[in-house]
Amino acid sequence: MSLDKDQVQHIALLARLKLADDELDETVDKLSRIVDFVDQLSAAATDDVLPMAHPLNESQRLRSDRVTETDERDEIQKNAPAIEKGLYIVPKVLQ
Amino acid sequence: MQELHTQTLTQLAAGMQRGDFSSVELIEVLLGRIESLDQSLNAFITVTADAALAAAARADDARAAGDAGVLNGLPVVHKDIFCTKGVTTTCGSRMLENFVSPYDATIVERLAAAGAVVLGKTNMDEFAMGSSSETSYFGPVRNPWDRERSPGGSSGGSAAAVAARLAPAATGTDTGGSIRQPAALTGTVGMKPTYGRVSRYGMVAFASSLDQAGVITRSTEDAALLLGVMAGFDQRDSTSIDRPVPDYVASLAKSLKGLRIGIVRQHFDAGLEEKTAAAVRESLAVLEAQGAILTEVDLPNLDLSVPTYYVVAPAECSSNMSRFDGVRFGHRAKDPEDLFDLYCRSRGEGFGAEVKRRIMTGTYVLSAGYYDAYYLKAQRVRQLIAQDFNKAFAEVDIIAGPTSPTPAFRLGDKTDDPITMYLNDIYTIGANLAGLPAISTPCGFVDGLPVGLHLVGPHFGEETVLRCAHQYQQQTDWHEACPEGYQ
Repeated sequence: MSLDKDQVQHIALLARLKLADDELDETVDKLSRIVDFVDQLSAAATDDVLPMAHPLNESQRLRSDRVTETDERDEIQKNAPAIEKGLYIVPKVLQ
Repeated sequence: MQELHTQTLTQLAAGMQRGDFSSVELIEVLLGRIESLDQSLNAFITVTADAALAAAARADDARAAGDAGVLNGLPVVHKDIFCTKGVTTTCGSRMLENFVSPYDATIVERLAAAGAVVLGKTNMDEFAMGSSSETSYFGPVRNPWDRERSPGGSSGGSAAAVAARLAPAATGTDTGGSIRQPAALTGTVGMKPTYGRVSRYGMVAFASSLDQAGVITRSTEDAALLLGVMAGFDQRDSTSIDRPVPDYVASLAKSLKGLRIGIVRQHFDAGLEEKTAAAVRESLAVLEAQGAILTEVDLPNLDLSVPTYYVVAPAECSSNMSRFDGVRFGHRAKDPEDLFDLYCRSRGEGFGAEVKRRIMTGTYVLSAGYYDAYYLKAQRVRQLIAQDFNKAFAEVDIIAGPTSPTPAFRLGDKTDDPITMYLNDIYTIGANLAGLPAISTPCGFVDGLPVGLHLVGPHFGEETVLRCAHQYQQQTDWHEACPEGYQ
């Protein structure tokens, strides 16, 4: 195994994913296989090769800085699990 | 008259123009088929029957008033990854089970403006992460050619619906082969355009530098027709390319005489199933007999394309999926202890196993200490792969080969080992890494299961890719074969 339980738990924490206890062993096994598989890239000779930034070598388009969006807060918040007076509700952050 | 559900978009358009039938009659026929046959396939997540009938009635009125768009009254289905205003867009995930988009994706808007009628939203691998349509929260899609087998994925619902004559055409998305592989495994035509050719606005993002929208149809003519409506610049997609859209349908007619077709030496190495290889070789002979010139070319880094993809795609996926926080939209865990617990449990419960694996792979390859070794390295190898294609396209107009190493596999056969599943996409992933247009067209059968011929063109070579597939279809009838029970 290229990854152990502690490493996988640390990655899950970074990714903000809660894994159920019965998910952990399988995740360690499958993630290890994926990491072993992509490790074959390390043998490729890429010394003088620039990393690809865009498949067509296009650069980011610019636009003039003006307001293009209208206020659609109410429409958008229809999908929110909990709102109050137009605000998103989350558990208490400050005690 | 040929039964309506067996006709292509092009045939249906002509029939409606002649006044042989109305859009409402056509839509009723297809909704009836979906109702009676889809329980055997699970190709749909949502069927929008009432809205479809209303849109069909409007289309009939528009035609009567002499105001018919190019797709007036013609049915399409959308992969459930495209945002549709007022209708759920689930992406095959519990996370978005109840998500109703406040806006339409650009391609949804453009097809509607041309008069297309949407029958429903199709099933898919969760967040398009898969090659079998088995990771959907709404259950696996079945292949109409053999219901114990997968239709491929991730656009498996779209492909199964078109193959089973539940709809003549569907939209799909392709990040590593998600349009072309299911098309191959279901005997349909699947087209992925050049990166940036079709807007990604309103398409739920998986890996933004690879994702591209396209179509699944039963003829290349139909693919050309739809692509002409969908393609073109869109200010709302920052990677959309501002370039005129050619008349794709008009480009189909030219013969293949003198067309230089590259055959990749590495494609016929170990891994390619023997009978599939034979079917593909036979189709190359058909192209040659039509005047095309076959030449061998090399893609020396082909073997590295799958590992490269499985660094780049999960990396981009982990960034894109960070938007699901249980706060603004999507699944939210009950009774969270604190904000951290809310994030972790909402995501842990809302995402399925494969999505979690990809987020974690991406998090790992982007994390401190590993970024150079994995992510940057993969982007360098990606450059090498793109250069291989550039070199090949200096000598040939198109590259031809198999779409998938095997025909449709059994449901459950490849779910234990992620790597076996990933290797399904060995022939298709290169086009995504290099941003190239590609099509899969039916080219034979192996033990009663369809096989696809894969044609890849240079950037913005859609016309050549479509023309080659169309001319092949003029000499063969593989694309007309219909699975038993769905005639």
